Amino acid sequence: MNLHEYQAKSLLSEFGIEVPPNLLLKQASAKQVATALPSSETGRWVVKAQVHSGARGKAGGVRLVDSGDAVVEAADALIGTRLVTGQTGPAGLPVDAVLVEPAATIEHEYYLAVTVDRALQRVVVIASPQGGMDIESVAASNPEAIFRTVVNPTVGLAAYQARDLAFALGLEGTQVKAFVSLALKLYRAFIDRDAALIEINPLARLGNGDLGIVDAKVSLDDNAGYRQTEWWQQRDVAQEDPAERKAIDHGLNYVSLDGNIACMVNGAGLAMATMDLVQHAGGMPANFLDVGGGTSAAKVTEAFKLILENERVEAILVNIFGGIVRCDLIAEGIIEAAREVSLDVPTVVRLAGTNAEEGRRMLADSGLALTAEDDLAAAAKRAVTLANSSREAS
Amino acid sequence: MSILVDESTRVICQGFTGKQGTFHSEQALAYGTRLVGGVTPGKGGQTHLGLPVFDTVADAVRETGATASMIYVPAPFAADSILEAAAAGIEVIACITEGIPVVDMLKVKAVLAQDYPDASLIGPNCPGLITPDACKIGIMPGAIHQKGRVGIVSRSGTLTYEAVAQTTAEGLGQSTCVGIGGDPIGGLDFMDCLSRFADDPQTELVLMVGEIGGGAEEAAAEFIRQGYPKPVVAYIAGATAPSGKRMGHAGAVIAGGKGTAAAKCDALRAAGVHVVESPAELGVTAARVLNGQSEDPGAS
Repeated sequence: MNLHEYQAKSLLSEFGIEVPPNLLLKQASAKQVATALPSSETGRWVVKAQVHSGARGKAGGVRLVDSGDAVVEAADALIGTRLVTGQTGPAGLPVDAVLVEPAATIEHEYYLAVTVDRALQRVVVIASPQGGMDIESVAASNPEAIFRTVVNPTVGLAAYQARDLAFALGLEGTQVKAFVSLALKLYRAFIDRDAALIEINPLARLGNGDLGIVDAKVSLDDNAGYRQTEWWQQRDVAQEDPAERKAIDHGLNYVSLDGNIACMVNGAGLAMATMDLVQHAGGMPANFLDVGGGTSAAKVTEAFKLILENERVEAILVNIFGGIVRCDLIAEGIIEAAREVSLDVPTVVRLAGTNAEEGRRMLADSGLALTAEDDLAAAAKRAVTLANSSREAS
Repeated sequence: MSILVDESTRVICQGFTGKQGTFHSEQALAYGTRLVGGVTPGKGGQTHLGLPVFDTVADAVRETGATASMIYVPAPFAADSILEAAAAGIEVIACITEGIPVVDMLKVKAVLAQDYPDASLIGPNCPGLITPDACKIGIMPGAIHQKGRVGIVSRSGTLTYEAVAQTTAEGLGQSTCVGIGGDPIGGLDFMDCLSRFADDPQTELVLMVGEIGGGAEEAAAEFIRQGYPKPVVAYIAGATAPSGKRMGHAGAVIAGGKGTAAAKCDALRAAGVHVVESPAELGVTAARVLNGQSEDPGAS
């Protein structure tokens, strides 16, 4: 789960990390700005759209203004719009709030992050003197400007490791101490809040020589929601794809894609493989959808509903490997679900596993728009053919 | 022969009396697995499915001589169960549980490496492992398996069954099938299983089923490139998956342009692995390679 910048900064401040004074506006309220706008030494403020995306500045989602009136104006211009960034797709994300902070005098921009390195199976702290931009571009163009230290979880981040990074960044004097303190607190926040990523970019050297957090990004581990309830209650579902959100509520795993052939599969790996097969057969998958192990009629019904909401869908490929659950029971569920949603899109069902033949016979006899297949590749081909002919017919 | 488990392996179940533990213990027993008891704290001394229940894994090991465990404990408690099994001397720990927090697994991995280097963790978030006609530890349907020549290692569940069913249909059968799981932090990886299959005389070919995300397939490719004694057939799921989206499994995500199916397939091909583009071709390709009809590894 991703947090908004204002939530991320609030989470960090819980760990004694200093963040800039700020004002969160959910509407362009002149009264709120008049009473609560933090003072600014530079006489300028930044007004930042709160969306789950980076690259906000380039997209016009970060405005630099020089008066309280201009803060209100910028807030008014942003709130209620959708911000389209290089990372959001053409629909963009809704701006329901802006975060206002005093603009700082930035001498230099660093990068600092805590995340998990899968290859090492350890937490790593990553720092770079080239902050303020996408760290992946730094990694590509200038890998020697990225410094990493690997943390042993039984002792946590050691102070010497944080010092090493500070010196590698070229920090001096009190900055070293400040950096070490910040890195240790970030690591503690990462572990205690079950984060997947904490990224401070940029971390700024300010005009007075202090280090200051400018932007912060936090994502939390989806598996740990049960013990980080305070933050999961603040999850902003408006930033999530509505279909994907609905899927989660029904215990389904759904990702929207651009194609015309919907897939419904049990198991994540087989679901990806089914998408690949559709493409191999000359079609394009409309979605990833894992209905999980149980494959009950209720779940399949919800899955059909979700698929049918997508207007691009011209055929459906259901691929179920019946393992412990028998295929005749699965077929029964599929037939029940197809009746329930009045399934009118051509649907190919591939059943494999225990009692598959019986299941296929039930599907064929159902009188519904269900085509039974036993071969994986043939099922994908059939779905592509049906999609093409349904397009030609319409 | 086989790897990790065979017909003499004595197995216990952690989370024995729960719904999942009960169901899959029944299935394991029906398959012929030498299940010798289970653990549910607080229920020690009871009998379940005709087998003894113990309060602790240490008790179970002492009384039954178990060397393998399958874990069906809910996610908030599963990391603790893995540590308990390792501390009790269990050698093969299969953790089926899905949804264990990453921070917990990081700690488990470190403790296993430091204190219990001989324990083999399978999973979490995996279907388990099976040596056909000998020992089934996990949630896979036993009936699709057939004792035979192919070693299977996979990050997936149902997609593994697909690979199993295809090799059974081709009459090749399997030596051992290991589902290593779909989480970013887990136990045995492709390399660990490949090196065990290399030493197993029953295994004549290894079938590797990977997916997008992480670098485990690339690492396996490098391992194979340095000289692997047996042919390897591989399929990587997720060629059509978009970047930045998690595809069901916690570990299946292309991040920062890394972990694409194309990069993994390229690395494997360069290592001489027979990479198949379609998951429907796993079985036929394995058969062709084993029957010596494919002399050119890059061609399939």
